[in-house]
Amino acid sequence: MRRVLGPLGLLLAWQLASSSGLVSPRVLAAPSTVLGTAWQLLSTGELQNHLLVSLDRVARGLGIGLSVGLLLAIPAGLFRLCEDLLDPPLQMLRTLPVLALVPLFILWFGIGETPKVALVALGTLFPVYLNTYAGIRSIDNKLIEAASTMGLGRLGLIVHVILPGALPQALVGLRYSLGVAWLILVVSEQINATAGIGYMMTNAREFMRTDIIVVGLVVYSLLGLATDGLVRLVERRVLNWRVAFAGR
Amino acid sequence: MMSQSSVEPVVRARNVQRRFGERMVLGGIDLELKPGEFVALLGPSGCGKSTFLRALAALDPHTTGEIQVPAQKAMVFQEPRLLPWKRVWRNVTLGVSGDTHTVRENAHRALEEVGLAQRRDAWPLTLSGGEAQRVALARALVRNPKLLLLDEPFGALDALTRIRMHSLLAQLWQRHRPAVLLVTHDVDEAILLADRAVVLSGARVGTPGAAEGNVIVADLVIDLPAPRRRRDPRFTELRRTLLAHLGVADDDELDPTAPDSRETAEQRGGRLDTPAPNHSTLDAVGAE
Repeated sequence: MRRVLGPLGLLLAWQLASSSGLVSPRVLAAPSTVLGTAWQLLSTGELQNHLLVSLDRVARGLGIGLSVGLLLAIPAGLFRLCEDLLDPPLQMLRTLPVLALVPLFILWFGIGETPKVALVALGTLFPVYLNTYAGIRSIDNKLIEAASTMGLGRLGLIVHVILPGALPQALVGLRYSLGVAWLILVVSEQINATAGIGYMMTNAREFMRTDIIVVGLVVYSLLGLATDGLVRLVERRVLNWRVAFAGR
Repeated sequence: MMSQSSVEPVVRARNVQRRFGERMVLGGIDLELKPGEFVALLGPSGCGKSTFLRALAALDPHTTGEIQVPAQKAMVFQEPRLLPWKRVWRNVTLGVSGDTHTVRENAHRALEEVGLAQRRDAWPLTLSGGEAQRVALARALVRNPKLLLLDEPFGALDALTRIRMHSLLAQLWQRHRPAVLLVTHDVDEAILLADRAVVLSGARVGTPGAAEGNVIVADLVIDLPAPRRRRDPRFTELRRTLLAHLGVADDDELDPTAPDSRETAEQRGGRLDTPAPNHSTLDAVGAE
């Protein structure tokens, strides 16, 4: 209960500052205005429309990024040869700031959906790749040895030992990827988009509608929270074998 | 001292060698195990006894020599090595193929035998050290091994748990009769459990094995009757012999775990070459 007092106080101060005219609506709309605008956007269906477009971009980009990341990480983790071939180029590309590729991607893919999805895919690939690869490499060789004396073949070892052992770390990668996905979306949707939350916000800037911009910000943060919660739920489900330190 | 009986050995190792870089560790080991025989493999630490066991388990591709072991074999390590993400019974059945229902039933029976039927759905990380090691035994047992390889399986357990595990292992061996090769550095454990004790030389300067690798220096039959007692004079004798082969003087007189250490010490008082320190404390610890 005490923990909500801080945010509530802040909100109240913001409202008072706006109502008293201390903060102009051009700088920042009042919370009440934001709430009203949100309701309006919802009732016309405009917000849902933009939201669906944004979700679609993230889903497609993430789908590609996660798949490719896993497809690269598993062989690199399992086989030395694949590691030597795949890891150095990926480690080099990883250091590129993905958003710096925007101009190049526009040249390559035009201004439609493709560059946006591609940016999300590229940005989410690396956290998944790095963490899954590290997860595979962190598995105790003693477990692999014991399992192989139990008559498990190569495939059995991968299915029963290596992949489940790498899962906790891979899920950490997934959480990072989701965070990165929203970040990239924000930027890429403000360039040459005709729909999406980012477009809605850029458009609002033209008319100095800070209320709509704030609505967009709130939606972004709610989306981030929701996806993070989803991964945590998955973690609790599939990692229930762990008796990890839960903090004091 | 290898037996000349007509029974085909279940394990046959000839001239097994292993080199780690410049250092020769195993300098040609010859060993045979008869079906159902319980052999303890002793040796000072670093002498390669675990290396030899790993060679038999086909875990070491760099060993040379001739090794014949049955396909039905199982190994228990010093650590339980259970997969933490599989429930206890799934660990027991790991790698066992067959009809799911039968496999599960077999797992439950094996867990019952080690006294852990009620923990079959537990996660391994919630088990105590002794429980986890019993699961590892059940996991070996469920494979009906003709050869059971034990690599210091009780080395990491506390003394009380170890005593319980000794009798459990003896029971399981009586019931299933696999050939057992137990690597241990505990001479008492070897004499309590095994039919035969094999001693590897240690890699010390001036002894055989310093340059050309360790070899078997003793192969003793242990034919003490069934409930083996430490106070049996033949037990003491074997212990002294094995310790001598290991290059250690018998510390029986100082051993607080020997139930009659005070008597023995007093009887042998004159022969003690080291003064026994703090006798009363030792007895208090050793009281059963």
